Amino acid sequence: MRTTDIVTTAIGNSFRSRLRTTLTVLAIFIGAFTLTTTNALGTGVNEYIDTQITSIGAPDVMNVSKPTLASGADDGPAPYDPDAGSEIDTNAGPPGTTVLALSDADIDEIRGVDGITDAQPLVSVRPDFVEWQDNGRFQLSISPFSAGVTLDLAAGSGFDQSSAKFEIVLPTSYVDTLGFATETAAVGESVQIGVTDAVGEQHLIDATVVGIQNPTLVGTGASTNTALTTALFDAQRTGLPEQSTTDYTSATARFDADASDEEIQAIKDRLSDAGFAGTTVADQIGTFQSVVDGIILVLNAFAVIALIAAGFGIINTLLMSVQERTREIGLMKAMGMSGARIFALFSTEAVFIGFLGSAIGAGVAIAVGSVVSSVLAEGFLSGLAGLQILTFAPASIASVFALVMGIAFLASTLPASRAARQSPIDSLRYE
Amino acid sequence: MSSSVLTARNLSKHYGTGDARFDALRGIDLDIREGESVAIVGKSGSGKSTLMHILALLDSPSSGELEIVGQNAKALKGRALNTLRNATFGFVFQQFFLNSHATVLENVILPLKIARLGSRERKAKALETLALVELTEKASSKAMDLSGGQKQRVVIARALVGDPRIIFADEPTGNLDSATGAVIENLLFSLNRDRGITLVIVTHDDDLAARADRRIYLKDGRLVGEGDLKSQASPATTPNGATLA
Ligand SMILES: Nc1ncnc2c1ncn2[C@@H]1O[C@H](COP(=O)(O)OP(=O)(O)OP(=O)(O)O)[C@@H](O)[C@H]1O
Ligand SMILES: [Mg+2]
Repeated sequence: MRTTDIVTTAIGNSFRSRLRTTLTVLAIFIGAFTLTTTNALGTGVNEYIDTQITSIGAPDVMNVSKPTLASGADDGPAPYDPDAGSEIDTNAGPPGTTVLALSDADIDEIRGVDGITDAQPLVSVRPDFVEWQDNGRFQLSISPFSAGVTLDLAAGSGFDQSSAKFEIVLPTSYVDTLGFATETAAVGESVQIGVTDAVGEQHLIDATVVGIQNPTLVGTGASTNTALTTALFDAQRTGLPEQSTTDYTSATARFDADASDEEIQAIKDRLSDAGFAGTTVADQIGTFQSVVDGIILVLNAFAVIALIAAGFGIINTLLMSVQERTREIGLMKAMGMSGARIFALFSTEAVFIGFLGSAIGAGVAIAVGSVVSSVLAEGFLSGLAGLQILTFAPASIASVFALVMGIAFLASTLPASRAARQSPIDSLRYE
Repeated sequence: MSSSVLTARNLSKHYGTGDARFDALRGIDLDIREGESVAIVGKSGSGKSTLMHILALLDSPSSGELEIVGQNAKALKGRALNTLRNATFGFVFQQFFLNSHATVLENVILPLKIARLGSRERKAKALETLALVELTEKASSKAMDLSGGQKQRVVIARALVGDPRIIFADEPTGNLDSATGAVIENLLFSLNRDRGITLVIVTHDDDLAARADRRIYLKDGRLVGEGDLKSQASPATTPNGATLA
């Protein structure tokens, strides 16, 4: 038999006992549907996290802090070091995590680490309010990620870090609140920022809105360019004693944007030797991804278990059809059909059943998933702009097909080789 | 004088071992010449089907030598064996073995499909063969919707479609009434006469056996006599005058 004849005959045979084929296809359908959906969930969430990483962090920036010596549960408290700076609560790491304050000398030391091109203290500015044209004053928090950030902008073109002008990018939630008609209308407008200094005096600083930023996974603070940050910081520390102005929670260090993962790791190692800890944005958000990947892996495992169960269904179906067609097999062998072709005939039938199951499973998953995903994006998940919770990637759908058809083929080997080995005369004498 | 297509020497076949051992064939010597029609006759259980299956290479003998179209049966394996089965032999089994859900045409096409013929060519050939057994108008009927005699003609068309040199027929008229049986008989013998196809027919029908060139009598797995029609006084009786194209 020609290969095309094998395929058409196998397809024809699978439709001969329609109910049995339908039930087997149904079992595969469940597995394929689940697998397609869980894969889509993984792709959707990870893609979202990826865009978040690019929107939040420049790839050439890392956050450097000075951790207190690791005090594990078994260690006693660390001895007092009079030269160490004061401890500062930080929102990095588990609650209660403290870091040692960085001094200007530390910043210089970080600058000296091989591979680091520049280091700036991360100053925290706490403005009181933001206001536009007497439309009321609203609280404002400035995102600490200002340095080297690429922002996911809904409007505007973002700011120029080297510009001497005071520029600010506001989150979308400020558009209505401050009284702007649209996001685009807000761009180019001048807003007033109020900041109170150490002696209780309020300073007003004007800044130009250069962009409107989509909400992100890590907070909805505004972003300011270096000039504005410095102006706000200077205003806020007016009247402070010189000593306390040199305490920083962390520093932003820059390195070569083309650095490979190994090179970045080497920089981190050198920082760690010097008593600092460096974390890139990818590190911080990467943990999300490993959690997501872990969950998807477990879900996929369930789907694969369903598919293996379906595989036994295929074995059963094929064994029955080999049994039913014993005489037909004998006849074909008597007419000179080779065992290999008989094997191909039955395994093709199984692979076809697998194909049907995965085609229907993936098709229904895509149809249902796309609807569910866009309904969720409008409703429940609307706070996370750009998140398509189920994203169907062609490669992962192709791999579902390959996996299901592979399982079907494996399942077919037992019945098909049984059919292939049958002696023609035993099959013909079979009652 | 035509050459021998089938030569068997001291063929034996037994099933089982020890106490359960059963000798189905015991030392069969046989020569079948090209273009000959041979009837294998004997009571039920005498080993007729077993002998036919061995001669047709569907089964292997326990001992003895078999030569088919000049080739030693033991040496025939794999592809050579499959090609021989497909191109040289045509089978009519004791049961119809038709795929009842497939059409008549599809059933007849099967050997050509196995022979890897192109779909146009095989369809033309199958229709030609169906015309020969006068079933052209049933080509697209389902095999299960045919009468017994029609089914047997489909089976013969299937045996014939690959232009075989030898047709093995096991009780080709066994399931049919005598009138229908006669139609089948005429069909087979006309193929033998017109196309020179060697016929090996297993039967316990004396009338059918009488029409063959030669009869081989089997009893308990042994050859108990041969009759050569042409050397005998009484000519073949023709049960009725029905003939086929
Ligand atoms: N696979 C087998 N195992 C054991 N015995 C067998 C087997 N096949 C055939 N036999 C025995 O061999 C003997 C010959 O069987 P065979 O089918 O050749 O008979 P037959 O002459 O064709 O009979 P019938 O006219 O009824 O078809 C029978 O007694 C049968 O029981
Ligand atoms: Mg028999």
